[in-house]
Amino acid sequence: MNDMPEARVSDSASWFLSTARERIAGLLDHGSFMEFLPPTERVQSPHLALFDLPVAFDDGVIVGRGRLAGRDVLIAAQEGQFMGGTFAEVSGAKLLGLIRAARDNDKLPRAILLLLDSGGVRLQEANAGELAVAEVMRAIMEARMAGVAVIALVGGRAGAFGGAGLTAATCSRIAISEQGRTGVSGPEVIETNKGVEEFDSKDKALVWSVTGGRNRRLIGGADAYAEDTVSGFREAASSLIDRAPTFDLATLQAEQQRLSARVERFANCSTAAEMWRVLGITAPQSIRDMNDAAFVKIVADVKEASHDGR
Amino acid sequence: MTVADILAGLFPGGHDVAERPDHLILGSGRRENGGTVSIIGIDDGEPLGISGVLPLAERVLDVIAAGGNIPILVIVDTQGQRMARHDEMLGLNEYLAHLAKCLRLASHEGHPTVGLNYGKAAAGAFLATALATDVLFAMPGAEPAVMDLPSMARVTKLPEEKLKELSQTTPVFAPGLRSMIEVGAVAGSWDPAKPLSQQFEAALAAITKQDLRDMTGARRGGRKLAATIAGRVAAAAIG
Repeated sequence: MNDMPEARVSDSASWFLSTARERIAGLLDHGSFMEFLPPTERVQSPHLALFDLPVAFDDGVIVGRGRLAGRDVLIAAQEGQFMGGTFAEVSGAKLLGLIRAARDNDKLPRAILLLLDSGGVRLQEANAGELAVAEVMRAIMEARMAGVAVIALVGGRAGAFGGAGLTAATCSRIAISEQGRTGVSGPEVIETNKGVEEFDSKDKALVWSVTGGRNRRLIGGADAYAEDTVSGFREAASSLIDRAPTFDLATLQAEQQRLSARVERFANCSTAAEMWRVLGITAPQSIRDMNDAAFVKIVADVKEASHDGR
Repeated sequence: MTVADILAGLFPGGHDVAERPDHLILGSGRRENGGTVSIIGIDDGEPLGISGVLPLAERVLDVIAAGGNIPILVIVDTQGQRMARHDEMLGLNEYLAHLAKCLRLASHEGHPTVGLNYGKAAAGAFLATALATDVLFAMPGAEPAVMDLPSMARVTKLPEEKLKELSQTTPVFAPGLRSMIEVGAVAGSWDPAKPLSQQFEAALAAITKQDLRDMTGARRGGRKLAATIAGRVAAAAIG
């Protein structure tokens, strides 16, 4: 276990700019975090040396348990600044072990927080990473069937793309900030493969409107909108744990219906602003510039934004 | 081998899968014991986007809603998820995850799922389909990969020559069927010279309730650490 004294992280610290360890320290009740396989155990990638790349003693994933506003939780955080927070053999196995433990032991906390900050699979360990995502997704679903609420928090620099985007959407609930971005193929990858006409990754406003937290929240791709602070994510996570949908046929039928309706509703939209107009927002261009409080008010009136089909 | 040849081999008693302009596979086949198999999939290397996911997921949900215990076969030849701004804008990650969730629920509700990769399989589309089944087999010549070497060279900024050299030595990274078998993602390949129907029945009979892919990867030596580390974390969590 980790005996290092824990630094205080202020409630107003930016989630986006914080490290994974700072996010955990700030999110959980002070002094409550206990890490499993901490860096002193040097659980690191054996594969990066082949590519002359440096290792991290936690392979960029921190797992443990603690208390969130007095409630026991299991927690995992990806460090987006180490290898893009990627899923790899070791980093993926740490997530897997934590989720399986919750699935198999009803004495453990019935909530898992996944602080995702990941571009997807680590290409230097591509096969192991891809398979780790598949295993983690399966374990999340099995944990949900066993009654565990699995909450994804998305607001880091790497966002949640590729396998991390699928992982987020497998969870019971997703909280996202304005800076949070999620999807499958990142804009750069689409531009490289399909050309700049398909997706101009240098057009920041375009990227923001397609992959960003406000679009995701408005169309129901995320279930809570968090201010980009430690306390913002704490509030969002606490509110979502008690609203986790069960994983059953009715839920997935509702998701099928919801995702089909989305395709039909937005069939003729070529920009996110057009989608927001269809949702009844009269001045979609203002979404970008309004403050968080004003945005939350707008979301409250959008029927599609909140649902149990996940 | 085309998908038509494979289906003929799998279901000598007949099947009703017809070619579709959207390259989706949707239908059912007759087992030798008289039972039915629901068949879904994607063909011709077609990328999987939101328009492909919905009919496949709907079929899986219909199978679950109908009750019983008919198995689901998921046949996959896809170059990966569709790369399009429109699909991403609508949240392709939710669509792909939805299909994986439907398949997992089907297993849980008593419908065993078998994946069969016979062409390409990559990235997010692989996770949503073949890798979301109870057990995954491949036809010889299948090319499962997370990403091809030229793209990998671009992203990792390593010379393609160096990647080619490394791909000879490490299954954790090298694209291809052999690697995917060694890490435990693919259970094995089917022999086209032997009756496919019997190999399918054997696959069904061998399905386990647990996800054993980490143990398989360790046993085969392609993924030596994952199972141990997952076990150590779980042990620490239980305390």
